[in-house]
Amino acid sequence: MNIGSLALWGFVATIVLTTLMAASRALGYSRMGMPFILGTMLTPNRDRAMAVGFVVHVINGWFLAVPYALAFESLGRATWWLGAAAGLLHGLFVLLVGLSIVPGLHPRMASEHHGPEPTRQLQPPGFLGLHYGRGTPLVTLAAHVVYGAILGGLYRLAGQ
Amino acid sequence: MTSDVPRTAHQQAIGDYAVIGNCRTAALVGLDGSIDWLCVPRFDSPSIFGALLDASRGGRCLVRVAGTNASTRRYLANTNVLETTFVSQSGTVRLTDLMPVTDETHQRTRLAPDGELLRTIECIAGDVDVDVLCEPRPDYGRSAVRIDDRGPLGFVAEAQGQLVVIRADAPLTRDADGRGLRGRLRLRQGERRYVSLSWTAAHPAVLPVLGAEAAARVAESVAWWRHWADRCRYEGPYRSEVVRSALALKLMSYAPSGAIVAAPTTSLPEQIGGPRNWDYRYCWLRDASMTLRGLSGLGYADEGCAFLSWLLHATRLTWPELQILYDVFGETHLPELELDHLDGYAASRPVRIGNDATGQLQLDVYGEVLDAVWRFVRMGGRLDRATARMLVGLGGTVVRRWREPDEGIWEIRSGRRHHTFSKAMCWVALDRLLALHAGGHVRGAVGHFEREREAIRAEIETRGYNAALDSYVATFDGGDVDASLLLLGLYRYADPQSARMRSTFSRVHERLGRNAMMYRYLDTDDGLPPGEGAFGIAGFWAVECRALGGDVAGARRDFEALCGRANDVGLFAEEYDPDTGAALGNFPQAFTHVGLINAALTLAACEPGREAAAGSTRRQQMITETL
Repeated sequence: MNIGSLALWGFVATIVLTTLMAASRALGYSRMGMPFILGTMLTPNRDRAMAVGFVVHVINGWFLAVPYALAFESLGRATWWLGAAAGLLHGLFVLLVGLSIVPGLHPRMASEHHGPEPTRQLQPPGFLGLHYGRGTPLVTLAAHVVYGAILGGLYRLAGQ
Repeated sequence: MTSDVPRTAHQQAIGDYAVIGNCRTAALVGLDGSIDWLCVPRFDSPSIFGALLDASRGGRCLVRVAGTNASTRRYLANTNVLETTFVSQSGTVRLTDLMPVTDETHQRTRLAPDGELLRTIECIAGDVDVDVLCEPRPDYGRSAVRIDDRGPLGFVAEAQGQLVVIRADAPLTRDADGRGLRGRLRLRQGERRYVSLSWTAAHPAVLPVLGAEAAARVAESVAWWRHWADRCRYEGPYRSEVVRSALALKLMSYAPSGAIVAAPTTSLPEQIGGPRNWDYRYCWLRDASMTLRGLSGLGYADEGCAFLSWLLHATRLTWPELQILYDVFGETHLPELELDHLDGYAASRPVRIGNDATGQLQLDVYGEVLDAVWRFVRMGGRLDRATARMLVGLGGTVVRRWREPDEGIWEIRSGRRHHTFSKAMCWVALDRLLALHAGGHVRGAVGHFEREREAIRAEIETRGYNAALDSYVATFDGGDVDASLLLLGLYRYADPQSARMRSTFSRVHERLGRNAMMYRYLDTDDGLPPGEGAFGIAGFWAVECRALGGDVAGARRDFEALCGRANDVGLFAEEYDPDTGAALGNFPQAFTHVGLINAALTLAACEPGREAAAGSTRRQQMITETL
């Protein structure tokens, strides 16, 4: 595995993904913000949550680039379309599995079944994250496809 | 049970509204329990409740007690928490309305929505039926809305990327078309229910909890407002009116930037049925100096500094020219649009959003800004070098442009003229700049400022004073007066006790005064059909002029008459029909409340008792400090 290339492009891909998601919020397509959701796991202070969540999200994105690199190495090639396909799978996993387990893990997220409580007030994402806006599934998939395409297109296999 | 609330409602008198807010936006609550105006997330955002401007299309949130015989209301003492009491044949209900506010400590320790409107319905006697109706109509009623039922999470409505969450611990059902919620509750003595409407734009929503948590938010908000009101150090006469005005002013401040909007509404008519309908949800530089004077006079130095910071920040975008109004973040592009789909308040059309006055030239704003900075320095504030350079640049603009005609303080739309008040404020601008230079706060050569200041005075005394009328006049070489001439003494251009100012006051009072109120101007072509009301703050300017001219008892009498124009909860509109007392124009109006505060400060400084206690020289000094 090419650690240097992985570190560089994993970071770039994460930043691009984060920027795309932030842009979608600014444009009103979705309210999903992983930095906010991750940050509020650790602190109820909104401003601090955004900063902490951003750091956690970037580190997550960096580490999640590792399976991509392993896949590219095992296939013996790394192309943008291969990365995009992996990103599509990644995005589907986030929407179908990741978001469904977040309410159970998040200490401040309300339950779909019991509603908000004094310590759990954050709106849960709902199926495919639709509670965060109808554009959420599309935006999430697109951002992950771009994330994968950057990794696939720019990662250099070990030994090349 | 289902509600039988009709889908349309009659419009209430402007003075029948009270206001609640969270220093980011505000809502107007009618005496009938209907919230008919709310823009989220900030004052100048599109409305979500706009029945104020169109009862059928605008949307509202109504709590109505069946069979109400009478309703009364008040703000809880020293707060902006509104309590309306409905008495019916079967019982009494207390409705408490507020937008929760809390201090930084609480904000750091728990999540809260971007904003919330919280209504507490409490039966305090008997058994009563209460109808609840909520019809959000985002984007001034232009956006399609569909309310989704999310079960225990509440009802949600989404439009233009913004999510509105409606939660209630009472059974609400959706209308067949999914555009509204309604329900009827049967409450017994001691029972309480909450209705919460919250909003969020950029993140997953934070869902407000009801019950005991909601009660805690009410208690925290009451404490927050009381703590703020307790900081008022004014101990003079009419303290309760002054504190209410300060609270109203605080409601109209935008906490993230320190800006203060002129009013939280748009297009409430200055003439019922007429076209004088403007959007006041912006910040006028015209108000700067008087607002700072009021805030600092009451001891609200932090708010004064925040306001000045906004002022200096906003004006950098157009430096060295000044625009007459900006939005709460200093945005200068505020195009005026007409909302043809809205009927307007009492059929007063058009309904306008944005304000084309941005393109006007008002030379007086240079004086307002430099006077505000001078007041800030007098309060102990310090200027950095960049700000000092900026102020000198404004002085340069005054030197370059003071000979030009302008639209003037009243923003007339019938062409530019040489307004006496505009020239006087150019004099004020250079005078304050010279004072700042003398105090070492700005640097550089100022000889030309001194020369131009004297040239402006010479021009005003020659062409702005009509010897035949024995008065300063509204425009050079003219024969009409306007209320802005009352300010010549208040801005220290002229001595309020001078012969010219005394006779000017008499002439203005004689021509424009009516029942203690004061018109801005009469018989002046301002580009619109005549018929507006008397201008709220002008009456308070007259009080100050009268007091400073030596007639303190008369000034007190007028002040009390003006205070009588406030509505039942102490709020003032922009204008009034001087005969009927009906409120007109945008409501509540920050400028009118600023006028009340400043008039009370002047009256306190002019109190006859003070002369004996302090000696006439000291008294004069106290009056000077008040100005």
